[in-house]
Amino acid sequence: MGRMEYFLEIFFGGLTRGSIYALIALGYTMVYGIIQLINFAHGEIYMIGAFTALIVAGVLGSLGMPGYAILLLTLPIAVIYASAYGFTVEKIAYKPLRSAPRLSPLISAIGMSIFLQNYILLAQTADFLPFPNLLPYFDLPDFVGGILTSSEVTIVITAALVMAGLTSFIKFTRMGKAMRATAQNQRMAMLVGVNVDQVISLTFIIGSALAAIGGVLIASHIGQINFYIGFIAGIKAFTAAVLGGIGSVPGAMLGGLVLGWTESFATGYVSSDYEDVFAFALLVLILIFRPAGILGKADSQKV
Amino acid sequence: MLKLIDVDAGYGPIPVLHAVNMEVGKGEIITLIGANGAGKTTTLMAVCGMVAPRKGDILLEGISICGIPANRLVELGISQVPEGRLIFPDLTVAENLDMGAFLRKDREGIHQDIEYVFDLFPILADRRHQPGGTLSGGEQQMLAISRAIMARPRLLLLDEPSLGLAPMIIRQIFDIIVKINRESGTTIFLVEQNANQALKIAHRGYVMENGVITLTDTAANLLDNEDVKKAYLGI
Repeated sequence: MGRMEYFLEIFFGGLTRGSIYALIALGYTMVYGIIQLINFAHGEIYMIGAFTALIVAGVLGSLGMPGYAILLLTLPIAVIYASAYGFTVEKIAYKPLRSAPRLSPLISAIGMSIFLQNYILLAQTADFLPFPNLLPYFDLPDFVGGILTSSEVTIVITAALVMAGLTSFIKFTRMGKAMRATAQNQRMAMLVGVNVDQVISLTFIIGSALAAIGGVLIASHIGQINFYIGFIAGIKAFTAAVLGGIGSVPGAMLGGLVLGWTESFATGYVSSDYEDVFAFALLVLILIFRPAGILGKADSQKV
Repeated sequence: MLKLIDVDAGYGPIPVLHAVNMEVGKGEIITLIGANGAGKTTTLMAVCGMVAPRKGDILLEGISICGIPANRLVELGISQVPEGRLIFPDLTVAENLDMGAFLRKDREGIHQDIEYVFDLFPILADRRHQPGGTLSGGEQQMLAISRAIMARPRLLLLDEPSLGLAPMIIRQIFDIIVKINRESGTTIFLVEQNANQALKIAHRGYVMENGVITLTDTAANLLDNEDVKKAYLGI
């Protein structure tokens, strides 16, 4: 394989990985934007999305359904299930603490994360479970054949469509405007008639849905899951969100891609042992030179 | 239209308002004047549902509105221009206005009202695609007032609209407040430290000291009142 092909293969590998990080990072950044909370249980929502998909796909597969039909049914079910979890976690663990000091909901979030991990550990198993490849296989033209796979193409395109949809929702719909308004000034949002509780719930639902989509895509791609995948992916996606500027939606997308590429290139050109070292070294560097992240704004003074 | 009956209110353990009685008639401009820390803003917060009264009652057209959350009161026709304007800084001027009409569904009416506020404040039309945070203080106050009337309120609450603005801009803004009152019949409850300006446009006024209403009269009489002159008008 030529050097150029190798470079491109790594590039697309990083793009795939980065799109998944971006999908999960959006949940962190949106929740932070609205209630200034790092939702540590978000990684677990992603994991629950993947487990739901595994179970649903298993049942449908045993009924002899074709692959694409399984994917089309599994994905929405995983999204609904994970969103219900995200919604409930907020109501149980964060809403009662809304006027408490900021440390309290943070600790509640860590507790929720541990609880959900152990709940899946007990309900399922500690072992890695094989995950069926639900992503459609199609022939790619010869000249890209060695560089990227059809799964990667599906993941990148799906993630791009989902993020484009989210961006236009936030930018153009009235509910999207209400979300931005609530993030900028919660009190004023109430004074123009926004039901802030509803906006917060919606934020958790959207974030969870995106994480579940990411979970199903990546689990299909990698081929196995266990109860612990949410922790690792969560930390990485959180890093991506901070990298891009926590609270910024385009920042989370960019941060995800930058992180994906960093890991991919570090693995491809240095050693896979150093994948995480490079990822976190990049985070440290960015935080030294741009403490608010790549697209983040320095905390503006409330006047 | 609005009636406060023996309202006590405060924050946590700290009492601020003591047995406040006020009445705002339909179509009136009422001003509440008083020194810094007298409890004027708290009175407005109680009316708009951000602070729950501990005692007493607040009636809007005879119906108690105590305990109704702020976002529901917008539906009942109460709209606010808060202290410090609270413009959404990263939303454009047009988006800020659209947020003002958040609960309305009538596209046609919203469009008309946007034209109406652009007519009141032509500068906002020029800046419609600019983020609210980039506006000057005076322009932000114009935007805050416009955003509030985008809800087509029956009762408009204004908290210190003159704060930090140049005298020319203050005059312009007060003229517009009178215009809104005359043209749309909107009832106006104006809280001000700038007693002189406020009493000039108001029909009636209330004076508040340490959370207690100490005086109430027609605005003209208050402007002539010796105590008011000494304490609030600097004469």
